[in-house]
Amino acid sequence: MPRLTRSLALATLLVLPGLAQARPVTFTTTLSQYGGRGAYLAVYVVDAQGAYVGTVSLSGGKSKYWRHLSDWDRTGGSVVGQIDGVTGASVGAGQSLTVTVELADAMLDAGFEVHIDAAVEDFRESPSEVVLALTAAGASGSGRSFVQSFSYDM
Amino acid sequence: MLRHLHSFPGLIAGLFIAVLALTGSILSIDPALGRAVSSQPVMSVAALATAIIDHFPEAERIVRKPSGQIVVYAFAGDTPFADIVDPTTGVGIAAYAPSGFTRWITDLHRAFLLGDTGRAVAGVGAAITITMALSGAALLAARMGGWSAILGRARGTGRQRLHVQIGRFAVAGLLLSALTGAYMSLTTFGFIPDGMDAEPAFPASVNGGPPIAVGDIPILQQTDLSALRELALPYATDPTDVFTLTTSTGMGYIDQSTGQMLDWLDNGPARQVYEFVFMLHTGQGLWWLALILGAGALMVPVLAVSGALVWWARRGGQPRIVGNVSAQAADTIILVGSEGNSTWGFAQTLHAALTAQGHAVHAAPMNSFASAYRRAKRMFILTATYGDGDAPASAAGFLARLGAVKDPGCAVAVLGFGDRQFPQFCQFAADVADAIKGKGWPALLPLETIDRQSAQDFARWGQAVGVALGAPLLLTHVAKQPPTIRLKLLSRVDYGAEWQSPAAVLRFVADETGTGLRGVWRRWRGLPGFEPGDLAGILPPGSTMPRFYSLATARSDGVLEFCVRKQPGGLCSGALFALQPGDTIQGFVKPNPEFRPMRGHKPVILIGAGTGIGPLAGFIRHNRKRRPMHLYFGARDPQSDFLYQPDLQGWTTDNRLTRLITAFSRVTKRAYVQDRLRDDQEALRKLIAIGAQIIVCGGREMGHGVALALDEILAPLELSAAKMRAAGRYIEDVY
Repeated sequence: MPRLTRSLALATLLVLPGLAQARPVTFTTTLSQYGGRGAYLAVYVVDAQGAYVGTVSLSGGKSKYWRHLSDWDRTGGSVVGQIDGVTGASVGAGQSLTVTVELADAMLDAGFEVHIDAAVEDFRESPSEVVLALTAAGASGSGRSFVQSFSYDM
Repeated sequence: MLRHLHSFPGLIAGLFIAVLALTGSILSIDPALGRAVSSQPVMSVAALATAIIDHFPEAERIVRKPSGQIVVYAFAGDTPFADIVDPTTGVGIAAYAPSGFTRWITDLHRAFLLGDTGRAVAGVGAAITITMALSGAALLAARMGGWSAILGRARGTGRQRLHVQIGRFAVAGLLLSALTGAYMSLTTFGFIPDGMDAEPAFPASVNGGPPIAVGDIPILQQTDLSALRELALPYATDPTDVFTLTTSTGMGYIDQSTGQMLDWLDNGPARQVYEFVFMLHTGQGLWWLALILGAGALMVPVLAVSGALVWWARRGGQPRIVGNVSAQAADTIILVGSEGNSTWGFAQTLHAALTAQGHAVHAAPMNSFASAYRRAKRMFILTATYGDGDAPASAAGFLARLGAVKDPGCAVAVLGFGDRQFPQFCQFAADVADAIKGKGWPALLPLETIDRQSAQDFARWGQAVGVALGAPLLLTHVAKQPPTIRLKLLSRVDYGAEWQSPAAVLRFVADETGTGLRGVWRRWRGLPGFEPGDLAGILPPGSTMPRFYSLATARSDGVLEFCVRKQPGGLCSGALFALQPGDTIQGFVKPNPEFRPMRGHKPVILIGAGTGIGPLAGFIRHNRKRRPMHLYFGARDPQSDFLYQPDLQGWTTDNRLTRLITAFSRVTKRAYVQDRLRDDQEALRKLIAIGAQIIVCGGREMGHGVALALDEILAPLELSAAKMRAAGRYIEDVY
């Protein structure tokens, strides 16, 4: 299967109030060939205490299935009408998703984390499948269920 | 209107609906398969979870599928997996791997593999299926003569009967599938709430102490396995995490240290409705319903094809009237009440004949009845009857309109078209004639009727019209016929010469001389398919109007055989009688599927006189099941016109014929066949009480006499010939 990459242009600002210094950060997610329907994905940032800060991207159009992205849902990311990240359709097995957002400088190297939740119909829910600390150096990791690789750089 | 509501959406959406239905019927097997591999013990969720965690320490979630299957989602090191487990032991039985094929079929079913656009199309398909099911049921009710008669015997051509029978079988299931499918489509697009995203707020704080054993959690001990939907277990490394329990009634979080329920939310009404509808539509948890719905859905392609063929035949039958004069310019008005368009063919013939005589003729459906015709001098109303005496499609609004119209100032003639097999023969035509009489409009001619599109009846009516108009009118109606083949006389057996009423049994084969065909190809090109009781249409030389004879053989007999009596001055019987073996005549076969013994093993009472024995002999000849068949046969003289005598004796010997009762009218102890029926009434009542069917074939007078005799005989059973006819147990072919 060809590796399709969906790139979403700079579309949102994830900036804490009062901190105007920001830079574009590109998040790249590549899914494994798990052999099912498209995955619902949520990429979001939490602070050092685990409190929800904002959503980088949300993939999967039907809000009634968002609750299956359970960590994102529980931290408060899924409040309908307040999705502040890039939204799009679900991401197919083996495909890649690239999202670039403006991120406040103050969020780097300050204990913030970026999480990715995934869920696939007929398969399983995979909350916080990959968790990376937000640092100016960038980071990458891989998940156990659907996420072959997840990284960000700037 | 109803008919359009049924045909057009069906024609346009037939293919889409067929895809929905076929994929749906494939999916309908899944719930039954799932049920076959899962047992249903009575136990608590606590016991289940304890048993599973024993074998799957890294279990994440325990899910009970609607089929009752228990699936555990867990990790082995870094590898995720899902296993079907035995709930009593907690041991894995097999890997849980949703089939890629099922997934593909599901995607095809709900979205034509096209995402949201496809989902919308599928939703529209469901809506159209609802329309089709309801309009089809209403059409059928109208056709059968009311909702109470809707399960009666289907009539019409083979395609029509197939469409009706399969439609009746499938309509309830299809309606349920379509209604639930449309509802699910509306929830998908958010037009109806499904309540699926409602969940209790995640607890803000937990005890955080050491976890207790899952088997000790009270709520899990109290929850029966059958109510479980899903139990999500806390992360082993996260003391702040909770159990998430979803049951058939709601969802809640359980503290892993205290075992107490932290938050619980009952399912709202929207979710209860959604889950119920989901179960009805998918059959998940109701495997037998799934199989019923699947069988219904499997019929959709047959309905689509037969429906399209019926529509095509009807459409092809609609003639174009050449030289139709406008309503206000015409001196002669022809109004047509037609359901299947065959009456239009007669109207066309009348239109052409009157136009040829110099009349300005306007033909229109009865529904287009104008409030005034300025120049009209005469009006003809040609109408069929639909169902149990109702108006056919193109006359549905006629009687209502008639009430509001003033005297058109011209004389009216009503001609009814129908089939004497139906209990309400030409009832609508009679109603129209009565209504016109009631308004005091002059009658050009009394009401006449045409039985089974008889061109001869129509020609006779034409003569009466000619007399009324003062100029001979020749109505030669030629119904659409299949192409003819050349029939070669193989043999003939002559009877009845002694009583000056010659009759003959004629046997034909297809004449292939000069076609240059050989072997198998020639066989294939030979006689068309037919069964005893079907009709041979014979075209005498120099005539375009066929005469019909009931067949005594099937194609499998290799010959086409029928009986004919020589009519004085009869063109066709004369031509047939003149044939010597080797001579040929043009003919074709017309199916007559109503005139058959019913399927099954019930007895059949055959009543015939003279050449009417032909098809009855055919039914006996093909009585391979050796069901009881009783033949009452009337003729003039055993020495002269005992048709099929040697055959009948042979069939009695090999049990194809149970009993042969004869009546001869020109011998010393003269008797008619109806006398024999009366003599035998005890035996007849016994046969009819156990479900026997009566088949009558012969002259009209005999048919009338037999019906009267049977009314007397059946009276003690509170039955009559008419009642048995309505039930399809009394069929006749009289001429």
